[in-house]
Amino acid sequence: MDLNLDAPHSMGTTIIGVTYNGGVVLGADSRTSTGMYVANRASDKITQLTDNVYVCRSGSAADSQVVSDYVRYFLHQHTIQLGQPATVKVSANLIRMLAYNNKNMLQTGLIVGGWDKYEGGKIYGVPLGGTVVEQPFAIGGSGSSYLYGFFDQAWKENMTKEEAEQLVVKAVSLAIARDGASGGVVRTVIINSEGVTRNFYPGDKLQLWHEELEPQNSLLDILNAAGPEPMAI
Amino acid sequence: MDLLKVNWGRRKHSLFYYLFLASKQLFPLDLYLFSPNPFRFDQPSSSSRLFDFGRMSQAGVDVPAKGGFSFDLCKRNDMLIQKGLKAPSFLKTGTTIVGLIFKDGVILGADTRATEGPIVADKNCEKIHYMAPNIYCCGAGTAADTEAVTDMVSSQLRLHRYQTGRDSRVITALTLLKKHLFSYQGHVSAALVLGGVDITGPHLHTIYPHGSTDTLPFATMGSGSLAAMSVFEAKYKEGLTRDEGIKLVAEAICSGIFNDLGSGSNVDICVITKGHKEYLRNYMEPNPRTYVSSKGYSFTKKTEVLRTKITPLMERVEITEVGEAMEE
Repeated sequence: MDLNLDAPHSMGTTIIGVTYNGGVVLGADSRTSTGMYVANRASDKITQLTDNVYVCRSGSAADSQVVSDYVRYFLHQHTIQLGQPATVKVSANLIRMLAYNNKNMLQTGLIVGGWDKYEGGKIYGVPLGGTVVEQPFAIGGSGSSYLYGFFDQAWKENMTKEEAEQLVVKAVSLAIARDGASGGVVRTVIINSEGVTRNFYPGDKLQLWHEELEPQNSLLDILNAAGPEPMAI
Repeated sequence: MDLLKVNWGRRKHSLFYYLFLASKQLFPLDLYLFSPNPFRFDQPSSSSRLFDFGRMSQAGVDVPAKGGFSFDLCKRNDMLIQKGLKAPSFLKTGTTIVGLIFKDGVILGADTRATEGPIVADKNCEKIHYMAPNIYCCGAGTAADTEAVTDMVSSQLRLHRYQTGRDSRVITALTLLKKHLFSYQGHVSAALVLGGVDITGPHLHTIYPHGSTDTLPFATMGSGSLAAMSVFEAKYKEGLTRDEGIKLVAEAICSGIFNDLGSGSNVDICVITKGHKEYLRNYMEPNPRTYVSSKGYSFTKKTEVLRTKITPLMERVEITEVGEAMEE
């Protein structure tokens, strides 16, 4: 079994961005793989660009980190010059400029989501190749293949914040169940006019799907169990 | 800033184009971002080193060298290999390197074997490199690359300390390392575990050869990383004391030493806490020489000295102060 530890760090990934009435919810799994080895089982794939705009990263870890670092820097300058928070459309366009003009050298798919006072909550998908497309919801990464049908059925307009977050968590959890390159925990970020809320759903607390079993004799339980009571005289 | 002096005149620039022009002064990447033809590998400019590896395929075109990595010799090497020459193997540190965050700071650990193919080239090399008084970095991969890149960033950090007047931060080292490694697109084969304690607290990061980084409470890298990670996953918990942490790190490195062929010899440990660091070189030596002759080794015939001649290279000059110093 060749683990190929020299393979570039890639994020197998499932990333999702969903709009609801009042803002957006971004969600992602947390697995970063190098070949067949999980290099980081608790990575944070939803990175901040500005106070009100976040981006979900997928594909090559190095490429996506560098692109988001550059765009964060440009947006910081832009915010200073503009004198007010940057819009989601501008952030998505900056991401797109880097992705399109360097399309031969980059291998990263991104989902930009945020809230601004002009357009409200918006999601922009920037897949491989560098197109930018505004969508009411976007999915990306290797695990997204398993979610197209699910979203066709489950997505509806004008959900509430709770409904949207539950949808995202359910979707990432379904993708984790079927995609080997996705796993770990589910992280969500909710962005609306009030601000940003980060949530965390550990992998073992997610709902069990078809043919998934309850943990039995789990090492986690054994290790975390209290020791035997000392003898009382 | 020179922002205001940008000429708006000739063409309608979008807001972002002049942003990039301004940012050119800070780092030169505009050429590869806004070139009308993205395939401009045959015309590298001296200012843009981002994504420069394309030059390799254009070695036949007559391009004056303008600094940065030159891949001209790669073609020569390929030709020699085709003719039957065996390429020299790299000195790699097979390696197990680990880091963990404990109650008061960071503990880094490493083995000490450096391999050259199947041969152990150095039985006791140092893999924990100094970056700053409060930051150390373990390196796995090609030994030359890890040494060079950590030395380079260590110098940059020192200059930065002189300029800012403040202690270095771990994320500064991280950003310098990741930018360098990314710009060489993985050809600089250095996988690093960077740890330190700065004003914002203890930090531990891993950096991969392609330039991606992770921030973790415990991390392992190198060929022995799987063996060491299994120890960490079983026994790590938050809020370890210093002794517990050192014991766990030593255990993880030993697991790498005994179960991975690319790692071996001794265990080095470095403990970094706020305002204090301890470099425990050869903390554990679980692989002593098994047989040493009790009689000792003696070499009967010494080298004969035929003639001794000492030539001083520098003259000693006596300076005596004569007269008064000149005054204006």
